[in-house]
Amino acid sequence: MKSNWWKILSIILLVYSIIGGLLFAVPRLNIVNETIRALYFHVPMWFGMVVLFLASTIYAIKYLRNPNFQNDTYSVEFANVGLVFGLLGIFTGMIWANYTWGSPWHGDPKQNGAAIALLVYLAYFILRGSVNNEEQRARLSAVYNIFAFVAMVPLIFIIPRMTSSMHPGSGGNPGFNMYDLDSKMRMVFYPAVIGWILLGVWIASLRIRMRIAEEKIIESENENA
Amino acid sequence: MKAIGQLILKEFKLELRRKAVVSGLALYLFSTIFISYLAFALRQNLITPLVWSALFWITILFTAINTIAKSFIGEKRGLDIYFYSIASPVEVLLSKIIYNFLLCLLLSLTGYLLFVLFLNDPIQDKLTFVVTLILASGGFASSLTLLSGIASKASNSNILMAVLSFPVIISILLIVIRITKNCMDGLDPSVSYDRLLSLLAINALVAAISYLLFPFTWKS
Repeated sequence: MKSNWWKILSIILLVYSIIGGLLFAVPRLNIVNETIRALYFHVPMWFGMVVLFLASTIYAIKYLRNPNFQNDTYSVEFANVGLVFGLLGIFTGMIWANYTWGSPWHGDPKQNGAAIALLVYLAYFILRGSVNNEEQRARLSAVYNIFAFVAMVPLIFIIPRMTSSMHPGSGGNPGFNMYDLDSKMRMVFYPAVIGWILLGVWIASLRIRMRIAEEKIIESENENA
Repeated sequence: MKAIGQLILKEFKLELRRKAVVSGLALYLFSTIFISYLAFALRQNLITPLVWSALFWITILFTAINTIAKSFIGEKRGLDIYFYSIASPVEVLLSKIIYNFLLCLLLSLTGYLLFVLFLNDPIQDKLTFVVTLILASGGFASSLTLLSGIASKASNSNILMAVLSFPVIISILLIVIRITKNCMDGLDPSVSYDRLLSLLAINALVAAISYLLFPFTWKS
């Protein structure tokens, strides 16, 4: 990932999706009306979150197979950025819910599931904070990361599909059925998803580089001392 | 297999020697239920089936967390090294899961009896409810045992145990509460079959993951 083309692609896609998302024509649906545009900004957050958490879990598995500082750093930073995406997803969802459901928090199964998924990763950071030995911290948090990801899967992918919900696209893929018919919205939606995922990976890679650089500075200081 | 049997036997023997721990847990359960009873004392009519189920599962959840937390957290330092030198980590984990499962089941059945005694008994379909209790105990045991192993290595184990387990346990709890609702409404057991099945699937998933991950937690 040394080359820069994907960073430029991310910016182009995001600029396109913001302009297109705000200006292009959208279908007129009852109640939802113009808030349908939230789809371009709210749903990509969840895609981004799932991809980043998945990357975090993959690096946790890699860490257990091959314990080194790098794998652990990747795992933490992907989880960090994933958490930010999740929080943005919740907030954008609350803004949307305020105008369509009448209140920001409606106790919908999908809202609750998303909130619990975030609790899992908050617990992950608390676990990291309470183990002092660095090697042990990395190993235990990798174990919890994998465990939590598996426990989260039924929570945000299976249970919401089993229960009735007011969330668009209910009874099937969450958030999809509604616009399946409208190919114009896909023209903006898919680029937005790809753009946000790339942006997430970009932010994570910057933070990873920063941490590795910091670690190197500390090491060289220790050598000099 | 033989080692697992031996280890379970050892857990039981230890438990019977330290009677204070088990009686402490029983008293914990009793006090929690008694507080629920006192809080509603003269207003039994306020305990609608939904309130009953909420109280019941909160009580069982916290009892289970406290019960299973002690499986690694309470152990003396150095004792684990001895066990690992005589048995494989997987054997240690499996014996603890089975033992915790039996203990949880015992406590949740006792909890149900106490709820019937002090509050009331809204459960119509008792057989399905007991099956649910068995599956829920299995789920609690298989997920919390690993977390107890993780939490025991950290500095503030007891707080961490609750924080780590809560989000993981919730998917089990949500399904269980729905089945309880069906049991209270006296619906035909077949209505709950697919929920029971998904509960079983989650249990299997969590147990398999614990089995794979546990060897990594004690390597220190």
